[in-house]
This record gives sequence, C-alpha cells and structure tokens, in this order.
Amino acid sequence: MPRPVRTETQPGQVPHQTLFGLFLGPVLFCSLLILPLASCRPETRVDRATREKILLLGNGAEPKALDPHIVSSVGDANILRALFEGLVINHPSNDAIHEPGVAERWEPNADFSEWRFFLRKDAKWSNGDPVTARDFVYSYHRALHPKTASPYASMLFFLKNGEAFNTGKIADFAEVGVKAVGDHELVCTLEAPAPYFPDVVKHTTWLPVHQPTIEKFGSMTDSYTAWQKPGNHVSNGAFRLTEWRINAHVKVRRNPHYWDAANVKPNGIDFYPIESPFTEEKAFRNGLIHLSYAFPESLIAKYRAMPDSPLRAETYNGSYFYRCNVTRTPTDNVEFRRALSRAIDQETIVKYVTRAGQVPAYGFTPPAEGGYDPPRMIGFDPEKAREHLRKAGYASGKDVPEFTLFFNTLESHRNIAVAIQDMWKKHLGIEKVKIENQEWKVFQQTTQDLRYDVSRAGWIGDYVDPYTFLSIWRTGDSNNYTGWANPEYDRLLRESALLSDPAARLEKMREAEAILLDEVPILPIYWYTRVYLLHPDVRNWHPTLLDHRPYKHVDLVPSEKGGPR
Amino acid sequence: METARFLLSRFAQSLLALFCIITLTFFLARLAPGGPFLDEKKIPEHLVEQMKRNYGFDKPLPVQYAMYLGRLVKGDLGPSFGNKGFTVNEVIAESFPVSAMLGACGLTLALALGIPIGVFAAARRNTIVDYALMSLVTLGICVPTFVVGPLLGEIFALKLGWFDVALWENSSAWILGSVTLGLYYSTYIARLTRGSMIEVLSQDFIRTAKAKGVPPLAILFKHAFRGGITPVVAFLGPAIAGLIGGSFVVESVFGLPGLGQHFIKAATNRDYWLINGTVTVFALLILTMNFLVDVLQAWLDPRTRANR
Repeated sequence: MPRPVRTETQPGQVPHQTLFGLFLGPVLFCSLLILPLASCRPETRVDRATREKILLLGNGAEPKALDPHIVSSVGDANILRALFEGLVINHPSNDAIHEPGVAERWEPNADFSEWRFFLRKDAKWSNGDPVTARDFVYSYHRALHPKTASPYASMLFFLKNGEAFNTGKIADFAEVGVKAVGDHELVCTLEAPAPYFPDVVKHTTWLPVHQPTIEKFGSMTDSYTAWQKPGNHVSNGAFRLTEWRINAHVKVRRNPHYWDAANVKPNGIDFYPIESPFTEEKAFRNGLIHLSYAFPESLIAKYRAMPDSPLRAETYNGSYFYRCNVTRTPTDNVEFRRALSRAIDQETIVKYVTRAGQVPAYGFTPPAEGGYDPPRMIGFDPEKAREHLRKAGYASGKDVPEFTLFFNTLESHRNIAVAIQDMWKKHLGIEKVKIENQEWKVFQQTTQDLRYDVSRAGWIGDYVDPYTFLSIWRTGDSNNYTGWANPEYDRLLRESALLSDPAARLEKMREAEAILLDEVPILPIYWYTRVYLLHPDVRNWHPTLLDHRPYKHVDLVPSEKGGPR
Repeated sequence: METARFLLSRFAQSLLALFCIITLTFFLARLAPGGPFLDEKKIPEHLVEQMKRNYGFDKPLPVQYAMYLGRLVKGDLGPSFGNKGFTVNEVIAESFPVSAMLGACGLTLALALGIPIGVFAAARRNTIVDYALMSLVTLGICVPTFVVGPLLGEIFALKLGWFDVALWENSSAWILGSVTLGLYYSTYIARLTRGSMIEVLSQDFIRTAKAKGVPPLAILFKHAFRGGITPVVAFLGPAIAGLIGGSFVVESVFGLPGLGQHFIKAATNRDYWLINGTVTVFALLILTMNFLVDVLQAWLDPRTRANR
C-alpha cells in the first residue's frame, strides 16, 4: 500500500516530531524556564498568525470529508465554504443580501420557477481550468445520482425531476431541470416556484466539483476516493487545500487562480478540530486560536463579567424543542400536549439553565429580521396548562400514566430535561415523568422508530426561509418522527410554495405554523444562540443568522489590546 | 527445551486470543443499535440502501465476516466511514506514532518516578517518610487524569507559559500530556514496587545477608531489587499497551491526534472497520506485551517456568 501523502511538505513528519520531542523537548523546557523573566508578553501563535494573515479557527469535530456532496455538518461546511464557491454566496454581514459568486447575475422568470444564472468568464479552478456551466450540471448529476448516495441530495429536489432521478424513477438525467447553455449560462427549472431560490443555492450541496479530478481517482459516483486529499484536491473558492491531518488540522491557503484573488484578505486559514469546548477555551486563552467554535456554558458568567470580553453570543438560525409521539398515550391527546407546552417556563430555562442569551421560543421557526415572524402562540401559562390538563381528562397530574422523556447523553440536555421534569411536576402535578439519556446513535434509532413519548430535538435551518423549518412537519416527511399528520397543514404549505408574491407566501406559512403550534406535536423551548470567543485582531466578522462566513472578507489586523494574557 | 515449549504454547494462546477478539469485535459492533448511516437529519431509505451496497453491508453477516477476514490476512483494514477518503490503515498509521510517543515518554517518567519512590518507601517502611510518600501516591491514584491534565495545563501553560496548552502544531502540549500519563502510572508502579520490595526484604536470604554484614544499599539493590521488581514487570505488560495504545482523555484534553480518540469516536460513530482496526491493534499490543513480559519474567524468576 502506498504511503499516504497528505501534505505538500512532509513525508516523514512523524519521526521529525519525535526527534523534536525527545531532544528539543527538554532543551525547550529549560529555556522556557527563564523566558518569562526576559519579556512580559512573548509573541503568541495568534500574534504571529495575525502578522502572516493566517486565520486560526477552532472548528468542532474532525471533518468527515472535504467533498461537498458527501458532508453536511456545520464544521465540514465551514471548510467547504473556504475551498469552494457556489453560484451565489453569503454576504459578510447580512444573510438577506445575495452576493454574486461564480454567477455574476441571475434572473428568474415571472413566477420564479425558472432561474437563469450567468457565470463570470474569469472563474477558475485551483489548477487553472475555467469553471463552466457544465461543471455545475456535472456536479448536480453526481449529487443526485442514486449511486452516489449523497445524504443531502434532497437539497437538490428543488430541481424539476430531481427527486424522481434520485429515487430511480427516471434514469435519464436530461429530464432533470438543470441545463448548461454554452459555457456561461446555467438554467435551473424548478419543481415549484421558489422566490428564495438564491438562498437555496448558497448551501454546500450546490457547490461544484471538478470533473477531471473526481474521475482521476474513481468514477463519478464514488464518494470516498483519494481526490479529497491535499495534492489531489481541486476547488474553485478563495482558498485551496494544502494540508489535512486527521484530528490535528486542515490548512487552506490562498488560491492564486481565484477570480477575486486580489480582494481576498487572509492568506490562509487553519481549521483545528477541537471537540472539547474546555480545551478550546484554554487554547484561546493561550493565544493558539483566533476564534473558538463553541464555548462551555459554565464559564459564560465569568466571561460576561470581563471588561472587553471576547465572548460573543449571537442569534442563530436554529430551534431547540421536544418532539411528542402522537401515536402513544398520553402524548396522543392534544389537550395533554397543550398542557405540557404551557407548563414549560422557557424564561427560567434560558435565564438559569442555558444562560447563553437564548431566546424563549414563542413559535417553532426563529424570526428573521425583515422577514418571517411566527405566530406568538407558545408561552408559559400555568393556569391555562392546568385547564388543558383537565380537558385532557385528568383530574390531577397524579392520574397521568408514566411516560419517558428521552435525550442524547449530554450534560446540557440533562439540565434542561431535569428542569422541565420539575416544571411539569410543579405546575401540573405530574409525578411519573421518567427522564432517560441514550448514546447518540441509539437515541436516533429510538426517535426514528417512534419508541419514545417525548424526545429532545434541535433543527438548524439550511437557509433563511421558514420553509426549511416548516416542511419537516408535513405528513410522512422523513424528519417528522412524531406520527403527526394534518391535511390542512400540508395543503397550506403546498399552496405557499406556489405563491410568487413573497408577502402572501410568508402569510400562508404563518397560517400553517399556527396549526402546528395549536396542535403542538412539538414543544418549542428556545431559539439557539451561537456562543464563541473572538480575538480582537479579527475584523469584518459580523453576527449573521446562518453563521455562513465568506472568509475572503475577514481581515486580521494587530489590535492594540493584543488579546488575552 | 522446556523454555522453548513454554514460549511456543504462550504464542499459540496469544494467536487464539487474537482471533477470538477479532471475531467478537466484528459481531458485537454489528449488534449495537443504530448504524453508521443514521443521523439527526434522516437519510432517505433508498440512499441508506445504496450506501450499504457501496460498502458491501447488503450481504449476509457471515459472508461479510469471511470477506473481512480475507482482507485482514492481507493487512487491509478497510475504509473508514467517519474519515471518508482515508483507509483505516492510514488513520492508524498516522495516529499511532503520536500515541506511542506520548506513551513512551509517559512510561519513562512513570518508571523514573515510581520505582525510586517505591524502593525508598520500602526501605523506610512504617516511618513518617513512607506514610507521606504513600499518602501522596494514593492521592495520585484517586485524582483522575481529566483533573490532573487540565490542572497541569492551567499551571504550566497558562500561568507560567512554559508550554502550549493544546494542539499538535509543533506544539509542546504533548509534553504535558506525557506528564499527565506518567504521573498516573507512576503511582501504581510506586505502590507495587513498595509492596513487593517489603515482601522480599523480609525473606530469609536478606536476613542472612544482613547478618553477614552486607551494606544496606547493596542488600537493597543487589539482592532485593531483582525479586522486588518482578510484579512491576508483570504490570508493565498491560501498562505499556495502555500507554502507547492511546488515552482518549489525555488526547482530548490537550487536543492531540492520537489513536485513543479514534478508539472512542469509532464506537460512537459506528465506524465499523475503524472499530475493528483499533481494537485489533490494541489487542495485538496487549498480547505482544504480555508475551514479552512472560519471557522477561521467566528470565527474572526461574520459578515462573517451573510453575506452569
């Protein structure tokens, strides 16, 4: 088996590091003993990186892959957005603004069911090849091909016949609604009108891949070949892949062929997969990273109290809620579910349990500025809760049969579950609520098989539009997992998709959400905030709802304060 | 001749144990609920079926097992699902040296601290020095590595600035990781050494040596040490395997890319081939170490051979 060459510079890195350790380690140890005496604040890695304009990012878990058609997690998508560029990209500070990416401009037809994207002529792959409309058609063919088994293929079901091709109902990709007209025009014909389509194509599943590279290492539909490794990887974004070491780092550096290379601010980004938020917090204090991915809840109060705190807490496009199994007693009773929902004191949870400035959810879909606002139907009201309980046929909470609240093993989920268990006891008198944690995969299986009564859940929107939240509660949707079905809800959502007037469309979806919140197959708890640490050297880093950063705008300037220490 | 037969039988036992471990791991991993293609956002059923076909999971389990053994014999551990584009061989080849270095340095420290403390405490047994040392050692056993590691980081990296607190980027954080491991194992070694040294020191041949006027230091190191160290050697087999096989706690506290992280993550991700691969490597390590320890013990103490 050939030795994997994962970086450009380093066959034999390990022996080198071993030597470094064995001999230099003690020397370093001794010399560092006297170093603190010599200077008050030695240059940290972050200081040097700022000087060299390399952004050092904590990035959560190790990426599963660097192939846009295979991965979907937040951390993986961060790296993909540095490496690739789609038709439309995110604006650095406002998710409602569509920035031109590979497409210079785009225009929909009258009812938003057909979109023409006009590609820029100077877009290039990192090996110098031009990026053409055919690359996009190839990429969507690959992502939708049943053999690729792309887990996120459904993002492309917006295309006419996309789903039919993916499920094998039609075999000819020519019938799918995406065509190249010459080299620089891409026409997307949609299954249904979508005025928000430019938001959709910002998603990583819509990124293009380079055909000759994919096929050099396997066939079009192979999803785990060596094409993703440094040296092989070809991408079309502001950066190209230079190093990847599992659980250590992914490094990307400036792509000289990128069309907008002159305006790319950083010279590179190092992504560090640090899963423990405590380790990350220490790495930040130690001057090893510019930005953390997460932050430990228990340290929030301490950081809040700091002057010039590097702590950031920003509204995030996600909803934290509990699913109710409507196929089992007692949660099959709508009045009982209403009682449960009304007895959850969300303010107390965000204030004393989660403590990161989360917003109590008065609906399911998080409100977006200037756009959608869900109906205000959820909220703490113990009086009403008891009334609903009586209507459900329980004279007191003591009569409620035992039921179980499941969550995946994590301290913060446990804290919330315990608080809610206590609230149901206090406000409704329900005594027999069991709470049970399960390891992640087991928990998924329990939930998907409907073997639960109440089950913890979270949903992060893929784009800024209520449809990404509301569509999962349609009858039989693959992410529904509650057994809940409402024909009226389905009808309203279906009709909303056909409306080309944006305001009328949002109104239709509000009507649908009102049904959802009235029947509460889900108990909304809070809307997410993203809590992280940001070094003062980092500029042009704005709070955004989706947290999809166009890294090319992020600048590094030595700050006077010079960060922690 | 006797020795050769003893070694041969131990070798055969090890091979049998390895085969059992590989087989058990293969089937146990498959019995665990959930699977590699299960996630929070549901992957449509027809795609899960395709993924299973892509990885050969559509075949009956015994067939898969046979195919797995066939590949294993050729040294091919299969692809990793959690790290797409990498084979399990690559994942292990990259992470094992990190853990091995961490462990080797930790082991050196553990021996350098543990043995002298144990010998010294034994020589001064039931004095205030002995009690003080043993209290410290017991404290060391009680405080888990996930407390010691962050504490070392807080003091030596963040307060004093001698080391980096995390990462593997020409960083010195691994030294703190090694020290954390070393301190932990040194406590066990100190206790073991003390116990067996006391036992040896109370035997007749030591009394005879004393009576003949052999100087105390010579008694300690020339006569008692070889016998006193035997239980430590027995402990070292699994200890070395544990040390260089990687520690999930130390690796995640200091953000190091070692084998220990894969060991745990493979299980939670249901990354079947990586589970089998890491377990196989770890089993090989333990079996090899135990085998070597047997050989070493046979050499240190001829009674071991006779007893078997």
